[in-house]
Amino acid sequence: MNSITKKHHDAGQAHAVLELDVNNHAGVMSHIVGLFSRRAYNVEGILCMPVGSGKTSRIWLTVNEDARLEQMIRQIEKLEDVLKVNRHGAAHEVFDRVGEFFR
Amino acid sequence: MSQDTTETLTGSQIVVRLLERQGIRRIPGIPGGAILPFYDALSQSKLIEHVLTRHEQGAGFMAQGAARATGEVAVCLATSGPGATNLLTAIADAKLDSIPMVAITGQVATSLIGTDAFQEVDAYGLTIPITKHNFLVSSAQELLEVIPKAFRIAASGRPGPVLVDIPKDVQNERIEVTEWPEPGRRDPAAEADAESIAAAAAMINAAQRPILYLGGGVVHSGGSAEAVQLAEKASLPTVMTLMALGAMPVDHALSLGMLGMHGARCTNLALDECDLLIAVGARFDDRATGKVAAFCPGAKIIHIDIDRAELDKIKTAHVGIRGDVKEVLGRLLPQVKQDLRTAWLGRVGELKSTCPLQTPGADDPRTPYGLIRAVAECVDDEAVIATDVGQHQMWVAQAYPLRRPHQWLTSGGLGTMGFGLPAAIGAAMAQPERTVVCFTGDGSILMNIQELATAAEENANVKVVLMNNASLGLVFQQQTLFYGERIFSSKFKGVPDFLKIAEGFGWQTLDLDTASDPKAALQAAFAVRGPMFIHASIDRHEQVLPMVAPGAANKDMIGD
Repeated sequence: MNSITKKHHDAGQAHAVLELDVNNHAGVMSHIVGLFSRRAYNVEGILCMPVGSGKTSRIWLTVNEDARLEQMIRQIEKLEDVLKVNRHGAAHEVFDRVGEFFR
Repeated sequence: MSQDTTETLTGSQIVVRLLERQGIRRIPGIPGGAILPFYDALSQSKLIEHVLTRHEQGAGFMAQGAARATGEVAVCLATSGPGATNLLTAIADAKLDSIPMVAITGQVATSLIGTDAFQEVDAYGLTIPITKHNFLVSSAQELLEVIPKAFRIAASGRPGPVLVDIPKDVQNERIEVTEWPEPGRRDPAAEADAESIAAAAAMINAAQRPILYLGGGVVHSGGSAEAVQLAEKASLPTVMTLMALGAMPVDHALSLGMLGMHGARCTNLALDECDLLIAVGARFDDRATGKVAAFCPGAKIIHIDIDRAELDKIKTAHVGIRGDVKEVLGRLLPQVKQDLRTAWLGRVGELKSTCPLQTPGADDPRTPYGLIRAVAECVDDEAVIATDVGQHQMWVAQAYPLRRPHQWLTSGGLGTMGFGLPAAIGAAMAQPERTVVCFTGDGSILMNIQELATAAEENANVKVVLMNNASLGLVFQQQTLFYGERIFSSKFKGVPDFLKIAEGFGWQTLDLDTASDPKAALQAAFAVRGPMFIHASIDRHEQVLPMVAPGAANKDMIGD
């Protein structure tokens, strides 16, 4: 467990990890994080890299799991440039593995 | 893609051609530096007429008026910077009321973006939260994809506004075009789940005290006839949101009119007693539900909406159906049993007769309700009824005999003062055969009064009915009721001479205050085609009642 995730586990706040397949162009990230920021819903972690040919990207988000999360996912799914959303539990290793760059 | 001969065209010419192919025949807007190449191309169009407005917000609301009256996607235009920022309110308004609109803005040249160039503003960034989708176009080639896509997105699913921001160099870029894309059209909605529809039918068939709750989505989907058929077959008392007025004729035997903050006492009390609420294309807005925990406390909920994010957002539905309202209602109909429901209709009838909507002064055209009735007597159901925002809007929503979907144009979600006049002009130009009435207040009319010039220039058949109480009436009312009568900043100290203003803009006028026979004067004014400005003074102590205090339960209404 890295220090970032540990802090939140200590605070008793459950996390969810979201995996988004999106079109890769300027503005997509802004559409997605805007959905969170305008609801004062903090995004704890973001990872984004192009996939394959670079036509699409994958965005990983780690967010607090609260009552609004289901509504957030439905809002994300409505975005024109979002192709797919997968919801994982906090146990997903993606942020743990990248955690070593944040020590 | 349809075959055509190869042409070398600029980005601007391409957009004009694509708009022509979409069937667009009228675009309101205002030119400026960064959109001039497009205007130059538009000047050569033989199919599209440009309407020069006096403020970009007016252009946005004219497009909205056309879209709301026809149900089709409408377009508005603005230049970069202040042109774009002036459009924002109209775009946000379209988002909240799900109105299909494509806004095209000029942008500084690509090489200047991000340099704080003259009239540069991040229109893309500004409109992310208030559009359904938006584009910053990077090449003329891209326009061939973006423009049809913008129309498809605006019209599909839950409709909404789309912004296309086009840098000046992209407007000027010349490319060869050999094939034209198909115009962007509404995508068919995914078929709704059959099991859920069957479950909903079973719930309706088993319910003792059901109520049908119609929202704006019923109008947008074109499903008003199906909604009325469902209500009639299953004997469902029906309430409408502000956005749905006209979906069922308000004088239909099953209609309980508008629900919520200014709904009739019988309407909100019937909802309080219902055991099943069938929400159709409605989003449980706080002005409709009042305190959510106390809204239809004993009811199970069926919720039908094309937007999955609306299901379970405010109230968890026992059966949630994602789908096109018209399609779902059509499939629900044969599964719902014919039912006379005598006991429940009897109870609702009792509520209607013991606590109906009170419309004091309905026979006196010098009162708010009386004026609205007198105006209604001057036109038939073909007329379009637009409003601004405030007391006049609520009085009209309560008392005007709306009987037709798309008859009613009002700013519901955003509640934008200044909406009425330009929306009415846009509707009048889109449907020149109709008379368009714009009920407004002295607060609202001043917020887009410059469009009187546009209406006069275009000879739009708009009848403005100004209910002048020399105050911001709904603020005055709330300060009176909820702020210990501490009236502050809601009374105007100086009131302009609206009749002189209207005359100055080239409108014909009628002052009901001085008319010896106001009803006859109204009839005469409505008999004249073209813009007509009708002024009527209203006592500022007149209130919109009943009223549910913000945050209170709907059953706790102030006033009868």
